[in-house]
Amino acid sequence: MKKWSALTRRDALASALAGSLALALSASLAGPAAAADKLKAAWVYVGPVGDFGYSYQHDQGRLAVEKALGDKVTTTFVENVPEGPDAERAIERLARDGNKLIFTTSFGFMDPTLKVAKKFPDVKFEHATGYKRADNVATFSARFYEGRYVIGQIAGKMTKSGTIGYIVSFPIPEVVSGINAFMLGAQSVNPNVKVKIIWVNSWYDPGKEADAAKVLIGQGADILTQHTDSTAALQVASEKGILGFGQSSDMDKFAPKAQITSIVDDWSHYYIGRVKAALDGSWKAVDTWDGMKEDAVVLPPIKNVPDDVKAMAEKTAAAIKAGTLKPFGGKITKQDGSVVENLDDGAILSMNWYVKGIDDKLPQ
Amino acid sequence: MDQSALLAVLLTIVTASTPLLLAALGELVAERSGVLNLGVEGMMVMGAVAGFAVALTTGSPYLGIVAAAVAGALLAVPFGVLTLNLVANQVATGLALTLLGLGLSGLIGERFVGQPGVRLAKLHIPGLSDIPFVGPLLFGQDVLVYLSIALAIAVSWVVFRTRVGLILRAVGDNHASAHALGYSVIRVRWAAVLFGGAMAGLGGGYLSLAYTPQWIENMTAGRGWIALALVVFSSWLPSRLVIGAYLFGAVTILGFFVQGLGVGVPAQLLSSLPYIVTIAALVVISTRRGRARADTPACLGQPFVPDR
Repeated sequence: MKKWSALTRRDALASALAGSLALALSASLAGPAAAADKLKAAWVYVGPVGDFGYSYQHDQGRLAVEKALGDKVTTTFVENVPEGPDAERAIERLARDGNKLIFTTSFGFMDPTLKVAKKFPDVKFEHATGYKRADNVATFSARFYEGRYVIGQIAGKMTKSGTIGYIVSFPIPEVVSGINAFMLGAQSVNPNVKVKIIWVNSWYDPGKEADAAKVLIGQGADILTQHTDSTAALQVASEKGILGFGQSSDMDKFAPKAQITSIVDDWSHYYIGRVKAALDGSWKAVDTWDGMKEDAVVLPPIKNVPDDVKAMAEKTAAAIKAGTLKPFGGKITKQDGSVVENLDDGAILSMNWYVKGIDDKLPQ
Repeated sequence: MDQSALLAVLLTIVTASTPLLLAALGELVAERSGVLNLGVEGMMVMGAVAGFAVALTTGSPYLGIVAAAVAGALLAVPFGVLTLNLVANQVATGLALTLLGLGLSGLIGERFVGQPGVRLAKLHIPGLSDIPFVGPLLFGQDVLVYLSIALAIAVSWVVFRTRVGLILRAVGDNHASAHALGYSVIRVRWAAVLFGGAMAGLGGGYLSLAYTPQWIENMTAGRGWIALALVVFSSWLPSRLVIGAYLFGAVTILGFFVQGLGVGVPAQLLSSLPYIVTIAALVVISTRRGRARADTPACLGQPFVPDR
């Protein structure tokens, strides 16, 4: 997931305020230096750890590292770090504090990470969802779109009105490829399905996400999905008695009757692997893009749907894991009518067009 | 637009506007007394966490509402001590209050993250609430919606029709004269600041009890700042504040509605519409010669030190 910097003024203000507070807090709470023989690793989050979504999942990954390698590594984190110059300060501070492996987990931390990495050549950096690397900067992301293909298929089967509501944050390739994979999945079982799209222009505004959900339901959507970080949309679905999907984390307990499944980001395998690599000296500045096969994208057990739908979805998920089904394999017709074939990773990572059948106009 | 879609839009506008109206009403009273409290966001988010926590532990959303108001007022106390008694700068103190509220609420709310909340029930008046369309809209809202409208009317009446309101405005417009007449400027301002805190807390409580019944850090997402802007927009008139809050809510929701129709209007334009409309309305209001200046409480933001 990527966090875009083109926020509204109030968002920027609020996050700047929250961010500086978090910085102040973390600075004052940073304890004495750990035992010298342990590797110090640090994480930088764009949101609060308590968002129960994107940043929460990254922190779960950090905790998994502590659990698995706690005797060899000490970890710290800074949350609510705004993207931009403030991020550079936060990252540099962590480097100065003696952290030797620093994970910066949001798209907007890309340039700040590279800048700090130049100043600290002996510190290893890992930037999530970006595309710029250096000798000491690796990149990593997850193939969220694989999960979206599966839930699209479920939604295509389950909708009675033929209309699905989709709440989205910012028109970046990751979100757009998610919409397309979802639509391709839905069309594979229901050629006439319609997807209504609302951009809320925020990763995290529970109120707006709920508003958009209500409007979509009012317009006839009977299944919701979202590419925003809070649980609000799913709660609205639950309240209105319709079905939906979770995002980033398993949101089942917020809406046990509404959540079919969720697209869970599981960073723990990746983080543990990378920390191990840093410990044994095999660490390299590579790009990693794991998907369902590597358990980086996980779908919790499917429920609230008939058995045949569940079986179908599980079969699709298994095929994606086995590599026999590629959401962007085969012929794909774009919205403008042109046809593309077997998209490679580069094409998916830079996707800025819709597939045919989506009647939204992509904001440019 | 068919009827059910229209109803969904109208109902959503009400829920989107209510927290703004509640918080802005409190700030309006505070500013009428001459105090500019930029800590609305912080007091709101404290109200949200306190309302959620109390509703969850007691099972009663109504106790949650009370707790939200109390929490907002409590956070206003340090602001009052610093700016009124110790004559600190109001702008700086208000900003610090927002930071404090955001941090403190995150700390208090840590163990409430991820817990399903208690929803404030919508009223159901047999007969009236069942009238198609009009019923749910007029007779099927939750108590805070009615309270926000009732309070807007009450504030308007108190500020412009009562002696208390006259004193409040006197303190805000010319604190030296009010002091000379024998009114305690500090006490009046204290009352206004506490009222402002309680109302901001209520607005926050609405978020965590009715709007999206859950607690997540920073869930106010900047609504406190919108409330502050709405007070200026209203030129310190409660009636205009109601219009402003609902206009802002309506334009936001209509933006979503138009997107959902898939007619191809750029989403960024629609998202910025509420702000554009607010600014446009501000421009129109303030160009009416001298009006805006006349409406601004003359002592807004100025500290008062009684000289004798």
